[in-house]
Amino acid sequence: MSPAYLEVAGLKAAYGDIQVLHGIDFSVDEGQIAVILGANGAGKTTTLRALCAMVSTEGSIKLAGEELAGQRTADIVRRGVAHVPQGRGTFPDLSVEENLMAGAFVRNDAEVRADVEQWYQTFPVLGERRNQTAGSLSGGEQQMLAIARALMLRPSLLLLDEPSLGLAPMITRSLFEQLVAINADAGTTMLVVEQNAALALGVADVAYVLEAGEVALSGPAHELAADDNVRRAYLGY
Amino acid sequence: MNGLTSLLGVFDISLDKLSNGELWLAQFFRGLSDGATYASVALALVMIYKSTGFINFAQGSLALLGVYLAYIFSVEQGLPVAVAVVCAMVASSAVAMFVERVFIRPFPPDHVLPLVIVTLGLLLIIDSAVGIVWGFRTRSLPSMFPSGAPIEWGIAQLTWRTIGNLGTVFAVVGLLYLLLSRTKVGLAFRAVSSNLESARLVGIRVGPTLGFGWALAAAIGTLGGALVVPDLLLEPSIMLRVLIFSLAAAALGGLDSLVGAVIGGLVVGLARNLLVTFLDLSELALATAVAVILVVLLVRPTGLFGSTTVERV
Repeated sequence: MSPAYLEVAGLKAAYGDIQVLHGIDFSVDEGQIAVILGANGAGKTTTLRALCAMVSTEGSIKLAGEELAGQRTADIVRRGVAHVPQGRGTFPDLSVEENLMAGAFVRNDAEVRADVEQWYQTFPVLGERRNQTAGSLSGGEQQMLAIARALMLRPSLLLLDEPSLGLAPMITRSLFEQLVAINADAGTTMLVVEQNAALALGVADVAYVLEAGEVALSGPAHELAADDNVRRAYLGY
Repeated sequence: MNGLTSLLGVFDISLDKLSNGELWLAQFFRGLSDGATYASVALALVMIYKSTGFINFAQGSLALLGVYLAYIFSVEQGLPVAVAVVCAMVASSAVAMFVERVFIRPFPPDHVLPLVIVTLGLLLIIDSAVGIVWGFRTRSLPSMFPSGAPIEWGIAQLTWRTIGNLGTVFAVVGLLYLLLSRTKVGLAFRAVSSNLESARLVGIRVGPTLGFGWALAAAIGTLGGALVVPDLLLEPSIMLRVLIFSLAAAALGGLDSLVGAVIGGLVVGLARNLLVTFLDLSELALATAVAVILVVLLVRPTGLFGSTTVERV
């Protein structure tokens, strides 16, 4: 069996003296959507931050066979890893358009401009507000912008930290539909941290449940979603 | 009326002076000239403030070093002043990049207080080093611009130097604007100042971007110093005084606004010259600058042109 696209082994992470991840293993195949579930403080956000070297880590992170651990954030981004951090992933003082241009910062190809137009078509509200500062957008619009900004990298791996946070259920659902469409069109591998377990399991291929910094449970998303015991014990619905 | 006369007496205001149109015009021109010099140093402060969110107190010292280098290159090595100033701008940029790399980058860029303390320390160290190397005797640096005045009206002269100072400041502001709004490095610079974490996540190398900001600010500061010093005399504490006026200018303009820095500089320059001339407040000239800072912080903390950050959550 060939190794997975993203292969994480023995990943530990700590903020100062506080150990948050105690050596977790997980993998995501190319083109899959994986979801990380778990209670507050289980280490979901830290896992995503560890993948981008935004927290001090130990262990191995292999992307397409190449070791990412020990590299700097700027270099990991150049490997095609885009990260939409929790809450505010935009540049509030920059215009919508400048946010998108910043998302393509490491690209030097001639298609940046065309990609900007493409995201304006996908998210028309961004096109209407292209000259407004990102800080003046509503929460949902900012989240769209943060995701479009991340996709401007043309990432091979997209990390999303609670994309539904603070959004109305309708907007969340359409956002997830967009993500599935992008996954289908561009084949972008995605790793999503999400509180809304039912929604996330509905779109994901595989799921990992974190508990106190360890992987408590993993498997195909539809199996986890169908297992009543799992649902009651870990997912709370 | 008695009260008014005695008040005028306290300030030694003579009605002769107040009704002297030529004197007003003369001080207006001088104010513009001084204001342009404050503005140019204020621009350096604003550049650093925009990227890092703090006021770099070492800015004046890097400019001081630059001006001494300009003095060496021109007066001692015999280069034309303008060429010497450009060489000094390059040299002080290099020093600034070194200082940033060694003393600033080890600290996390989002913890402002330690950084401010470090820049204060750098101010003291660089100023003292300049004093040790070049001594405390005063020197004079010639102006980059020709002497004389193309327009004269009695005692009021619009000198080449005033025109040159103003032209330099407007050119610098124009170039900075183009750099920040039209180039990739400018975009990186503004992205870092807007959201440090997201800047990292789009692949911007934050350290070198801030180092570039330091270099640019040192070059602008040196240029500003080279405009100021011909009016005064070169000695190691000179930039400290200029820094206070420039801080007032930057605060008035709004700390993060380039245009604000220029307008703030001109207002402070005009206010200073008019107050000193008509109220005989020369001893209090520095205090007026501090008063401007205080009033701005109290009444309108974002200054005239500063961005009030509107953010919806």
